[in-house]
Amino acid sequence: MGSFKLGGMTTRSLFKKSECQMYPVNVREPFERTKGHVSNDIEACILCGICEKKCPCEAIAVNKAEKTWTIDVYRCIQCRACVLACPKDCLTMETTYSAPATAKGLVTVAKAEAAPAPEAAPAPEAAG
Amino acid sequence: MGTRTIIPFGPQHPVLPEPVHLDLVMEDETVVQAIPQIGFIHRGLEKLVQKRDYMQFVYVAERICGICAFGHSYGYCQTVEGLMGIEIPPRAEYLRVIWHELSRIHSHILWLGLAADGFGFEALFMHCWRLREKVLDIFERTTGGRVIFSACNVGGTVFDISDEDLKGIVEILDGLKAEYGELANTFLKDSSVRSRLVGVGVLTKEQAYALSACGPTARGSGLAHDIRTLGYGAYADLAAFEPITRESGDCFARAEVRALEVLQSIEIIRELVGKMPAGEVMLKVKGAPEAGAQVFSRIEQPRGECYYYAKGNGTKYLERFRIRTPTMANIPGMVTALAGCQLADVPMIVLTIDPCISCTER
Repeated sequence: MGSFKLGGMTTRSLFKKSECQMYPVNVREPFERTKGHVSNDIEACILCGICEKKCPCEAIAVNKAEKTWTIDVYRCIQCRACVLACPKDCLTMETTYSAPATAKGLVTVAKAEAAPAPEAAPAPEAAG
Repeated sequence: MGTRTIIPFGPQHPVLPEPVHLDLVMEDETVVQAIPQIGFIHRGLEKLVQKRDYMQFVYVAERICGICAFGHSYGYCQTVEGLMGIEIPPRAEYLRVIWHELSRIHSHILWLGLAADGFGFEALFMHCWRLREKVLDIFERTTGGRVIFSACNVGGTVFDISDEDLKGIVEILDGLKAEYGELANTFLKDSSVRSRLVGVGVLTKEQAYALSACGPTARGSGLAHDIRTLGYGAYADLAAFEPITRESGDCFARAEVRALEVLQSIEIIRELVGKMPAGEVMLKVKGAPEAGAQVFSRIEQPRGECYYYAKGNGTKYLERFRIRTPTMANIPGMVTALAGCQLADVPMIVLTIDPCISCTER
């Protein structure tokens, strides 16, 4: 029993470096496995559509006719189901988060030989 | 009998992280009766099992709750594996228990912080959450997520943790233990904390048993009830496991049980890291649960015993999936403990069952 049991810890914390960081001036280095956003190396992609079937939130759309791969970054929950299922390992989980945007939109990547597909809205770019 | 008034408590209230509503029937400052109401955040996640296949539903299951997320994916996978007769590799069992016990540590430290905030000890709240960040960093390093890991899947775990990293986790926990000791000392011995918790909201052993309380709420009332003693998964390999119990059944007993369980979880992790078997962590799962196959499964979540039920129908979509969460079992005990208390003690009594309404309503 007694009072001021936390006094020691609180006093010590006055002389310690702050636990917080001044984000976004100081951005913490992400861990190797940090779930940021999914990216597709479209040249290695065979547009098999397995990622579209595995996605639990229907965020991915594969268009074989136009040779495009589209992801809705606002539906994606970074569960890695697509990355794990990809037979060509062309999908990767990047460690940087998607940047904030003023409008929801789709990110579409197209094979080089195909004409670039029109984008529904300004595509948010990866932060960091 | 004085005049009775009804004071609405919640669903939006500073001490409640999640919405639950109580109608408090008051006589002056004394609560005569508390009438609970839930249903503010029902999301129909159990129904979704018919729209997402059993592999996709893992990601839905872990979104049932924001704190015991890993526990729900663990419980769901254990249930589906039972349904399909899959035995997962021992290393995956160990990793699951290590992540689950780390989740317990983070959940209990989070709760201690919330409780400190509830009785107005802001500095204790800040220090608790600062310490919790160290556990969240372990999660992020090993799985990539702070709260939602997506590390558990039907057939094992998605990630392995190298033996060096496992030793590193034990070292981090040893460092945390020293600092945590100081926090726990404040919680259990500081007179200002004790004066808010001792003798408040008593739930006797008989009441806890009759009202089917579970988890730290039951153990704080003297019921040695813990699913970990049944030896599911890697818990079977523990040399000894005794649930921590306290007899007094008041808010302080429940807080004490949680405070000591953090240290117990650190010891469990240390023991399992020492015994960690080598090998694969993931089995390739094919096929679907048989039609009519049913399984009951349970795990000890940070808040108590959680039941899972699943029924297959021969396709990759389950016929039925049902969860009985610990908070649902603890609400009758909470209402009983509230009767006769002072209005100022209501937030503490509500907090000490560690209500998780997201789990309860799903």
